[in-house]
Amino acid sequence: MTNSWTDIKNADLVLIMGGNAAEAHPCGFKWVAEAKAHKGAKLLVVDPRFTRSAAVSDLYCPIRAGTDTAYLLGIINYLLSTGKYHADYVKHFTNAAYIVKDEFAFNAEEGLYSGYNAEKRSYDRASWDYEMGEDGFAVRDMTLEHPRSVFQLLKQHVARYTPEMVERICGSPKEKFLKVCEHVASTGNGEKSMTIMYALGWTQHSYGSQTIRTAAMLQLMLGNMGVPGGGVNALRGHSNVQGLTDIGLLSQSTPGYLGMPRDAEPTLSAHLGNRNFRPLQANQISYWQNYGKFYVSLLKAMYGKAATAENEFGYAWLPKVDLSYDALHQFDLMHQGKINGYVCQGFNPLLSVPNKGKMRAALSKLKFLVSIDPLETETARFWENHGEFNDIDSAKVQTEVFMLPATCFAEDEGSFTNSSRTLNWRWKAADGPGEARTDTVIIADLFLRIRDLYAKEGGAAPEPIMSVDWTYIKPSDPSPDELLREMNGKALVDLKDPADPTKILRRAGEQVDGFAQLRDDGSTMCACWIYSGAYTEAGNLTARRDASDPSGLGVHPKWGFTWPANRRILYNRASADPSGKPWSVKKQYIHWNGSRWVGPDVPDFVPTSAPEKSAGPFIMNPEGVSRLFARKLMAEGPFPEHYEPFESPVTNVLHPKTPTNPAARVFKGDMEVFGGVKDFPYVATTYRLVEHFHYWTKHAKLNAIIQPEFFVEISPELAKEKGVKNGGWVRVFSNRGSVKAKAVVTKRIPVLTVDGKKVHTVGMPIHFGFVGETKKSFGVNTLTPFVGDANTQTPEYKAFLVDIEPLSSGPAIS
Amino acid sequence: MATLQSLDLKRRSATAGTPPAARQTLEVSKLIDISKCIGCKACQVACMEWNDLRAEVGEVHGYYDNPGDLSPSTWTMMRYTERDNPDTGDLEWLIRKDGCMHCSDPGCLKACPSPGAIVQYSNGIVDFVSENCIGCGYCVKGCPFNIPRISQTDNKAYKCTLCSDRVAVGQAPACVKACPTQALVFGSKEDMIVHAQGRVADLKSRGYKNAGLYDPPGVGGTHVMYVLHHADQPQLYAGLPNQPRISPLVELWKGAAKNVGLIGIGFAAFFGFMHYVVNGPNRVSKEDEEAAVKLKEGGK
Repeated sequence: MTNSWTDIKNADLVLIMGGNAAEAHPCGFKWVAEAKAHKGAKLLVVDPRFTRSAAVSDLYCPIRAGTDTAYLLGIINYLLSTGKYHADYVKHFTNAAYIVKDEFAFNAEEGLYSGYNAEKRSYDRASWDYEMGEDGFAVRDMTLEHPRSVFQLLKQHVARYTPEMVERICGSPKEKFLKVCEHVASTGNGEKSMTIMYALGWTQHSYGSQTIRTAAMLQLMLGNMGVPGGGVNALRGHSNVQGLTDIGLLSQSTPGYLGMPRDAEPTLSAHLGNRNFRPLQANQISYWQNYGKFYVSLLKAMYGKAATAENEFGYAWLPKVDLSYDALHQFDLMHQGKINGYVCQGFNPLLSVPNKGKMRAALSKLKFLVSIDPLETETARFWENHGEFNDIDSAKVQTEVFMLPATCFAEDEGSFTNSSRTLNWRWKAADGPGEARTDTVIIADLFLRIRDLYAKEGGAAPEPIMSVDWTYIKPSDPSPDELLREMNGKALVDLKDPADPTKILRRAGEQVDGFAQLRDDGSTMCACWIYSGAYTEAGNLTARRDASDPSGLGVHPKWGFTWPANRRILYNRASADPSGKPWSVKKQYIHWNGSRWVGPDVPDFVPTSAPEKSAGPFIMNPEGVSRLFARKLMAEGPFPEHYEPFESPVTNVLHPKTPTNPAARVFKGDMEVFGGVKDFPYVATTYRLVEHFHYWTKHAKLNAIIQPEFFVEISPELAKEKGVKNGGWVRVFSNRGSVKAKAVVTKRIPVLTVDGKKVHTVGMPIHFGFVGETKKSFGVNTLTPFVGDANTQTPEYKAFLVDIEPLSSGPAIS
Repeated sequence: MATLQSLDLKRRSATAGTPPAARQTLEVSKLIDISKCIGCKACQVACMEWNDLRAEVGEVHGYYDNPGDLSPSTWTMMRYTERDNPDTGDLEWLIRKDGCMHCSDPGCLKACPSPGAIVQYSNGIVDFVSENCIGCGYCVKGCPFNIPRISQTDNKAYKCTLCSDRVAVGQAPACVKACPTQALVFGSKEDMIVHAQGRVADLKSRGYKNAGLYDPPGVGGTHVMYVLHHADQPQLYAGLPNQPRISPLVELWKGAAKNVGLIGIGFAAFFGFMHYVVNGPNRVSKEDEEAAVKLKEGGK
């Protein structure tokens, strides 16, 4: 989230799209209820289904699954063609005025940007950049009239997304779409704000990152970034998935979203050299210029005394990646027999990675599989025959499976980082059952045993393991307290104040106050720079439970700790105009008082940098402004464009020659099992139900009682056409597999008219498997395609093709 | 359910003169704001947890209503209704939390022939006292909202207690505590009516011109009230009665019994006789006994 859960109460308008907060985030949804009840806020829901969120909305607009980018570009076109956008914000706080290189082009007929290589399915992004002036800074035209200014290019780019075109692509009735546009436009003036709440409905597409970017662009056009009640708010799923990504458990980043070393960067200087973050305008802050300080402090946290300036702080010991090793790639390699051992920690890939058949085949090729989990997952039992639900010949599986029982969240202490980026410390409530051990103890045990083996037997490359700093009080059980202290970081020598060398900022061994004190000379260590400030000499700030909120704006500055630097709304300098005055008294947040930036939150800016210096509010960008044009950062283009899902019922009406994301990675064998509309005429989409939490609560009796069984949802019209009875059995099949389920026939699944053609949707909840208290089921990933977003490789779970037929009876119970 | 609140009794089933309550407690009410309800069933789970109830893991029958109905182990449940609003042309998904309404004039209590099996406290809560329940099922007939259910295991009637045990010690009912959107609120009946007025005004400002409070006078008002977007048509909400009242048969019987002593007794005798004629003696057959034993064992 750019803002916070509690900030949602400040919104005048809430747009839930690509998510279903009432259903998947019911506790957070209370802030929407709060905004509605106490602020008179309106709630808009745009979704392929009439969801529980829609049930309490003021306006619901249907949309075909997977066409959100076109819808949002349509709203941007509405704003630009009616002039209902925040002109000053766009001019001063976005890159609208920047001039794009002459070589940059977009071919609207082909649906391709300049630099495309069809063979490699990727772009040479060199032309996607600004024209640079002789002074070394990017060229701008503050009138926004230059034909190659970002503003004019964007205007031209989105002009194709008329309300009629949106209706043709998305199937959303034009009148409904225009009503949504009017509501949204009402916040483009600084007086009101709109928050956007999204979740996996946007991420789980082969172009999900671009959809989210479009939402960010929309909010920038409206001036809704950095203000109370605004923002683009990702509602994270698992209780600590925000923490998971923060501390670098994604395959493509290290802690604090620092870059993963690559093959092309064999040395630290090469790695840092690729990241100079030189400001693109005079006086810009470009905060990432501190990257080296964070990186060296991370290496010092990993390797301790073994990390020295002479050995580039142990950079050589970090693995260097040649490609992205995301989940899809890992399991494809496993399927090819190239990965033969796998450790699953809190992960149930047999059900959560697409194409269950491929997953089962992949897991069967392993020599060993380790499952570290509080629950018996389907993955740990992939080898077990469960009749139709998991049809496998156990005798043929040679994989050895180890199950290491772990404690669950209430049986261990530590911190959770929620969607608001707030770390909340929690205390242990009970001991774990049986032989369950905490995840930390299991990993520490594994590490110490491996290190002992290296110590005794040597090995090809023992240094990366032998050099790791493991100086915990109890090496077999590093305490969560010690781990958080390590993430905060400390001074390794006395830190002198650069401004006044007679002053010592921090004594050797003391916790640093925040990332501003980190250094790149090896004198500080910090395991996760964005968490710096969470555990200082003042103690564990994540354990604070002071709910006071002096401003009444839902800031709660003394509750837990929010990264970065306890800042609750990101980019909050943008809540004031270039001169430092609030855009509106109603939305006053951070402003310049003549000598400092002040307000209820921690300013996202240098607190003493006067407005006259004209440093932009988006300090993480070298431009100092936000980006409507994403330069070279996105895989499929600097502006978002509508592409169809890899399985779609219609052609891409904008550019039939390039219907799908041209930069998405598709593995050999997976392209072949995409299905066509002729055999699989219906759009399928998957989702969560409020009664369950992922694949966990199917193990809990109470949750099983209130939602006992897998089902699929179809419209009464499709049910009639196919002869399906409400509550009767059906078979749903894609080109990858087939599942049987009870049918729920409901008007909540709208029938859409897309480009003159009727499109039906088949909805399927995830949650159900063949282990647990709920009735046995197949897993919806039996059907889903093995392709991911071109930037993040998040699987395309939200839009694919199936067919459906009625059955006289259900699956044989094994 | 047992009660520890004998001091606070306002009324007692099949008892002519209920002893006056030694103290007067605040009249309470739960307000269910349907316009804020997201149908998350947290209230259902909280109810099962607090009261230690576990229904069978059932099946999907084509709806989200699970378990499918109230039962001796399901004292509250969400009922989902899809409706095309003819005025706006828009789909509405009306989600109503069903359970005991705790009527001021409780039909169940009036119909109950067993002394002290159903009581009403001075705070308005209507509670079943299991040890006095004879399982006759008259409360089911007496209830205008179709709430009580007879257990096949112990042949006693069960329903929501409005967490009389929690309320007695100053806590809100478990369902209210669990509700994430404050669709459920609890307090004095007076405060709840004021709160409801604010909610109704908000709904009217959003175009629900018939929004209103459901506190039906036919049963003397209730201690569980609803805020409805369409208060003119309560039946839209999974058949919530438009104008609930106690069955005239129960009224007649109870009215006669109260007002004319001897005739009342005669009437009761006649009723008893009629019952004998229609249903035969209330005798437990061998099969019933065996079935009960089986059920009990199966329940373990």
